This record gives sequence, C-alpha cells and structure tokens, in this order.
Amino acid sequence: MSQTATSARVPLVEYLVIDDGDPYLVANECTSCGARFFDRRNACASCSGTEFTRVRVASEGELRTFTIVSFAAPGIPVPFVAGVVDCDGTSVRGNVVNTDPDPDHVRVGMPVRLTTFPIGTDRDGTEAIAFGFEPADHHTSTSTDAGSE
Amino acid sequence: MSTSDDIWILGIRMTKFGKHPDRDVVDLASEAVLGALADGGVTMKDIGVIAAGNLMNATAGIGQQLQKQVGQTGVPVYNVANACATGATALRTAIMAVKSGEVDMGLAVGVEKLSGAGLLGGGGVAKADGDTWEPSGRFGAVASTDGRIGTNTMPGVFAQIGMEYGHRYGGTTFELFARISEKNHAHSTLNPLAAYQKQFTLEEIMGDMMISYPNTRPMCSANCDGAAAAVVTNGATLARLSGEQQRRAIKVSASVLTTDPYEEACQVLPNVNTLTRNAARIAYEQAGIGPTDLDLVELHDCFATAELVHYDNLMLCDEGGAVDFFESGAPWRDGTTPVNVSGGLQSKGHPISATGIANVWEVCHHLRGEAGDRQIEGAKVGLAHVIGLGSACGVHVLERSAA
Ligand SMILES: [Zn+2]
Repeated sequence: MSQTATSARVPLVEYLVIDDGDPYLVANECTSCGARFFDRRNACASCSGTEFTRVRVASEGELRTFTIVSFAAPGIPVPFVAGVVDCDGTSVRGNVVNTDPDPDHVRVGMPVRLTTFPIGTDRDGTEAIAFGFEPADHHTSTSTDAGSE
Repeated sequence: MSTSDDIWILGIRMTKFGKHPDRDVVDLASEAVLGALADGGVTMKDIGVIAAGNLMNATAGIGQQLQKQVGQTGVPVYNVANACATGATALRTAIMAVKSGEVDMGLAVGVEKLSGAGLLGGGGVAKADGDTWEPSGRFGAVASTDGRIGTNTMPGVFAQIGMEYGHRYGGTTFELFARISEKNHAHSTLNPLAAYQKQFTLEEIMGDMMISYPNTRPMCSANCDGAAAAVVTNGATLARLSGEQQRRAIKVSASVLTTDPYEEACQVLPNVNTLTRNAARIAYEQAGIGPTDLDLVELHDCFATAELVHYDNLMLCDEGGAVDFFESGAPWRDGTTPVNVSGGLQSKGHPISATGIANVWEVCHHLRGEAGDRQIEGAKVGLAHVIGLGSACGVHVLERSAA
C-alpha cells in the first residue's frame, strides 16, 4: 500500500491491481488443484488445500451471462448491466460498462475487456478505482482513467 | 401396508398466503400447526420432536414461541434456517428424527411475515460508504460492491441464471420467460390459498415494470405472509392408527437435502443447477421412480428465469431441452408433467420458510384427491423442490397411500 500525498488511488477491491502498468485482476490460485478465488481464503473450496499463489487473470473474455438491473437497493444508480465474464477459463463477476444498458447493445457471448474508472474521492483526496468490462470492439480508447462517468 | 420404517406425512396444512397485517408469526404458525395436527388426527402430546423454520427472525426461537401458544410438552425443538430451503430443512429434520427411531412422530413448521419486505438481497448489505477508503471484508473492498461489481439482488442473480442457460443451449427470449410466468398466473386462478389469483396476458407481463431484465414484476416471486406445517410418522406407528388416517397418509418416498459442490464459477454466480440435479438424482434413486412417473411437480420458481433451468435440473426433460419442454405444453396443468399448478411462487407467493412445506402440501392435496377445482386427476406421485441461495436444495418425492 504505497501512498503519496497527492493523487493517491486505491482499488475498490484488493483483487484489482492498478499500480503496475495496465490494470488487471488477480486471483488466489490453489497450488494443489488450480481453483481460483477472489476473496481472502482460509482454504480451498475444491480440495481443502491451504497453499495459494497470486495469479494474473486474463483481461479479455466473453460475456457468459448478464442482467439489466432496473431496480436495486437505495443509492445504487440504475439501470446497469451486471454479468459474468469468462476470462480465459476464469469466471469474473462485473458490470458491463461503456455501452447502452439495453438488450440491443448487450448480448451473451459478446467479447469484452477489462476497464477501470474512478468512483469517488475521499476526504484525504484519495481516489477509489473500480473496474468493469466494456465491449471489446468498442470505439473509444481503453484509457484506464476515463475521467468522467 | 408398507415396511415399518417408511416415512409418512400424516397431517399437513398451509395457511392462506397473502397479507396478514393483524397476525404475527406465532399466529400464522399456530394456525398451520393446529391444522396439521387436526388433519392427522393427533395432538401435541403425540409429537416427539419439533423442527421450526423462520428466516427473517432466525434468532427468535420460533419453535419455543409456538410451543408456548399451542403446547409445551418439553420435547426437543430444532430451530432451523437455510435461506429459501428453510421449510424443506425443517421437514427433513423432523423426518430424520423419525427415521433414526428416536421418535415416532415429528412436527415440522415454517412461517414468514414478508409483506412489504421489498427487494431481497440488495437492502441488507448496502452500507454507507465511509469518509475514507478503508479496505474491509474478504474482498478488501473500500466501498459497497453491490451495483458496482455485479448485483446482489435476487431478481438479478436469477435473471443471470436463466440467461446463462440460454447462452449454453439457445432458444431463450424475454417472451419465453414471460410465458412461463403467464402459465403460473393462469394456474393460480384455481388456488384459493394463493396470494394472487389474477390471470395476466403475455402483454401485461412483458409490459409491467422491469425489475431485472428479463424479469418483470409479475415474473418475480411475491413477498407475502404465510405458514405451513406437517406431521410425519413411521410405518409402524401408522399401522396402529385408523383406516381413515392410513388412507389419507402420504408416503415420503424420498427426502433429500444437498448443497452445491465446488465447481468453477460457483462462488462468482451461484450455481443452482448442480445441487438441484444431485438432489433429484438421489431422490429418484431413493423413491425408485423416474421423472416420467411424476403426475405433478411443484418447483422453486422464485423467478420465471429459475423455473426454466429447473425443468432441466429435475430431469423433466433431456439435458438442454428445457425450452422445448416448455414449448410442448408439458408443464401446463393439462400437459404431460404439470408444473406449479398451485400458481407457484410468482402468484401463490413466497413466505420464505413456509414455501418448502407449502409445496409439499400442494402435492399431498392432489395425491389425496382433495384439490377441488385444480385437482390433477388420478395423481399418484409428485415431487416438491425448493432452493435457497447459499446454497441448499430440498427435494421430496411423495406417493399416494395404497391403503
Ligand atoms: Zn484446491
């Protein structure tokens, strides 16, 4: 957790790496069976092994399923697209962003890629960075600092 | 008669599902329990164990509260909670106690007050974001992830489960899912205990408020109040009871509870398929029957998108054949495998902990030939299924008495 006084950034979740070039996701991979997890582990759900290594997850994948949420808990902006992306064999939960949230623009099987964007700044001036997946044939750049939402 | 260690439902009752603003959970549970005891021709003094389910207030000891109103006999109470499978878990707990030989008769009850509960899954986890970003929880999140990294809402989770099935096998459309809902709402018009007995046109369902695509409001289970209870016993005890009790008793040919075995992605999006398929497979083996023997099925249609995948998971169709199964008309009440003739969770309602006993009640009602206008003629065997996210799956196979 290196922090500088100005323009400090933190990832929304620990499995998002933003301070090592292009942002990417990491998983805890079981050294005995290869099962991958994004949360802090006590042991492996597949084989009960207790040794894990941190591995980089592919940043491109295929949208395996999605929903368009129109009704959510108070304070959550709607509509948004929630889905699961198959990133080269590792399933990742995330929102589909940078496209219209309707069934004409989002379809199962579409290629998507990881993107990041700021979600706010705390009182110390630290910016939190979230991730989502955007259509891989999207016309805009893959800038990791989109600047606006 | 059957062997002495077979399990039988002697008495069973559900309350009307819907809004009960003037009655608390103990009132509702008492109605179901007293009804089930009367239905079975027994009293609290005959009951050796109580399993009680209530999810929204799981620490309140609903079983003991109930005893204090309807009979404190000093027998053990197991208060259980297992998400939407809580009712089935209570039933299974009572069955295990009888099966073990420790008691001759057990009581299972599930009750919930849910009217006006709103959206489940989303509300409980939303917390105000802090003044400074501090990682917390198992993902080291500095802010709430609901809505930022996918959705925690139940309509959203189950929408993805249905859409994933469509991605794998094809043939699913918004309209297809809406037509599943159309079926269940049509069925509900014959069920006086359903929370809603209103027929919807396809246009009305598709044009209603979108909750989480492709699930509109009528395609979501209805939050409501209700209770259901059952008295279970063994064959040896039943043999000592009256001919009328033996004639109306329903055989529990299979009672199964499973959780989800590890598979890739199961901690990313709940996998409701494998544990249901496992439960069904075990249940068919235990019962010595196959899916084609079923005269009716009550399955956990918490959302229209969920019903589709469970046609496949319960093996009512060939693998990948759920869309064709629906298109054939099979799950309509005049079809080859009527599904959710009660109206299902979308119209009968889903008072969570009551659901897993109420769907057993529905099947028993038909097997006894007591289902009135909605009777499936000549029903001999049926299946009741529930699933609770987390996950837990309960499957019970029920057969009409030969007596
Ligand atoms: Zn492992």
